[in-house]
Amino acid sequence: MSGHSTYEPKTGFERWMDMRLPILRMAHDTAITFPTPKNLNYWWTFGGILAVMLVVQIVTGIVLAMHYVPHVDYAFASVERIMRDVNYGWLVRYMHANGASMFFIAVYIHIFRNLYYGSYKAPREVLWILGCVIYLLMMATAFLGYVLPWGQMSFHGTVVITNLFGALPIVGEAITTWLWGGFAVDNPTLNRFFSLHYLLPFMIAGVVALHIWALHVPGNNNPLGINVKSKEDTVPFHPYYTVKDGFAIALFFILFASFVFYNPNILGHPDNYVPANPLVTPTHIVPEWYFLPFYAILRAVPDKLGGVLLMFGAIGVLFVLPWLDTSKVRSMRYRPTARLYFLIFVLACLVLGYCGAKLPDDPVIPGVTSFQLVDADLNSFVWLSRIAAAYYFAYFVLILPILGLTETPLPVPDSISAPVLSHPATTPAGAVASPEKRG
Amino acid sequence: MLRKVIALAALGLALTAGPAAAATHPEHPHQLGWSFQGPFGKFDKAQLQRGYKVYREVCASCHAMNLMYFRNLGQKGGPFFDEKYPNPNDNPYVKALAAEIQVNDIDSETGDTIQRPATSADRFPSPFPNEAAARASNGGAMPPDLSVIIKARHDGPNYVYSVLTGYANPPPGLTVAPGQFYNPYYPGDLAAYWKGDHHSVPKGGFIGMPPPLGTGKVTFDDGAPSTVAQQAKDVTAFLTWASEPKMEERKAFGLAAMIYLLLFTVLLWFSYKRIWRNVAH
Repeated sequence: MSGHSTYEPKTGFERWMDMRLPILRMAHDTAITFPTPKNLNYWWTFGGILAVMLVVQIVTGIVLAMHYVPHVDYAFASVERIMRDVNYGWLVRYMHANGASMFFIAVYIHIFRNLYYGSYKAPREVLWILGCVIYLLMMATAFLGYVLPWGQMSFHGTVVITNLFGALPIVGEAITTWLWGGFAVDNPTLNRFFSLHYLLPFMIAGVVALHIWALHVPGNNNPLGINVKSKEDTVPFHPYYTVKDGFAIALFFILFASFVFYNPNILGHPDNYVPANPLVTPTHIVPEWYFLPFYAILRAVPDKLGGVLLMFGAIGVLFVLPWLDTSKVRSMRYRPTARLYFLIFVLACLVLGYCGAKLPDDPVIPGVTSFQLVDADLNSFVWLSRIAAAYYFAYFVLILPILGLTETPLPVPDSISAPVLSHPATTPAGAVASPEKRG
Repeated sequence: MLRKVIALAALGLALTAGPAAAATHPEHPHQLGWSFQGPFGKFDKAQLQRGYKVYREVCASCHAMNLMYFRNLGQKGGPFFDEKYPNPNDNPYVKALAAEIQVNDIDSETGDTIQRPATSADRFPSPFPNEAAARASNGGAMPPDLSVIIKARHDGPNYVYSVLTGYANPPPGLTVAPGQFYNPYYPGDLAAYWKGDHHSVPKGGFIGMPPPLGTGKVTFDDGAPSTVAQQAKDVTAFLTWASEPKMEERKAFGLAAMIYLLLFTVLLWFSYKRIWRNVAH
């Protein structure tokens, strides 16, 4: 899409088409000749994996929608009917349910890769923001989809999440009623959630197109975080990256298949195989695993509105990240101090996820009572969540802004080819570089 | 830092002799070996047949299985599947089993409510006409539908087996209300009913179901001993099949899919190595 197009129409039809709608030229320039840095590692294969997973979700979802009944009285039974009486319905439904989890595994790796290699920095800010939009849409889609089987977790999860909007001052209650389509979570809610669950994936596909467009203007970042200097630094996307991504996608599918065929329900909650009953609240309402870190942040704040704002803030802060990080060096390979803080950040996210699955007041170290701090024992998951959440925000609003100004990065190589030719994937001792020339 | 936290925690422990949170957890279920476990696990057909008998003669008097049809019993992978009858509706064994059960219907001539023997196309009938009737007959407790019960509980097969066989005499000091039964494997919090030391609240909870199984309660046609353990094991296997009737098909498909994916991955690996052989990277 960017740069000089090398497409040459070969047949008469291609020439005819190229004069009218150069769609073949576009496909050729994006998927065949697109110059791609030759040093991309396996962390870069998750973009392709995500694209494939989106297609898997849309295709299986369309088939499921042919059999699913969005009605409170029939939804649960219709999902089980798909599993029992529809030909290969069990396969389609388990692929869709586990596919959502695989999608999130891949997107989290994709995001962490971005953070580590500084791919969000200039000139890729718009690319990054579009990615954040996709992530938000994915979360909305996944939440809406989890409601559809109308099990106990579907129902009570919906009650909890939709009630969050009720925490907003003045308009909160009106918004909640509007979302529900009534005064409680009921059939109108299920109906509209089904409609929106069908709509959002196509919006995701649209933003993905923009995301790829925005990728192809500046081109890929790479593990060294330096700009492509010459043709030496790149290889055409096809066949070099089609085959590498293809290999990674096949590996990822082995993981996917191991869940679908051998552990299809391990990532779900058993309570969602109990039909929804508004009168019986599960002892322990937990969201799907991919929402647990945000659930922990929500519960870490004693005030409901504060919790809601902080939870959305945890995603909101990502949108401004390109302007919070002051370092001009993209890759953390050359930022040893930042690398350490990054590892703690990953750990904090995992700790938040762990806390989200636990009861807030339960002790982290069993059997130990320390002392009451404000509203809970210090040895409790709520305090552990607070510590981890504080680090989560500090990483973005304190550590990255300050570190960029104070740290001394390692010398950055001159070009992608330079270190590659001497020693693969490491910094050569004699690489000339100065942080002043960074970028 | 860590040392400080531990020291503070120890100090806090010494200073505050406050009561520890007394949320009890049920006993961990027995871990049995099941024929259907693992990537190559299959159902034991004889066990499923025995299990159906236990369900029909014991459980079905209170528990519905609304997602089950008699034809399911004769479908591929089912307890009474016969290769001679690929259409389970034609399976004479299934037809006979269905005909033993009366189901409600409407007389097409008069419109009156009637009862007729079930056919293989019929759903398993519910023991109670509605939830209120079910609760009224069971001391206020609702016997859950068993169609997907194994998927609806953590460690489903082991849990169901343990609850069925786990009834125990309540420890002295535990007040059991009439119509309630103490079961150490059933979830609950017994602190409010416990007179003893609050650090040793018994594990488990109260269940509304009286011990359902008993030695000799079901006569197995294949001569299997009719012990509580045998009945519980067999009915659990049947319920596991009912929860996941396509499990065998899923695992068989999975094996083929895995072999295909592995070969495809290896092929792509060598293609990758070959295509990249002249690129320093």
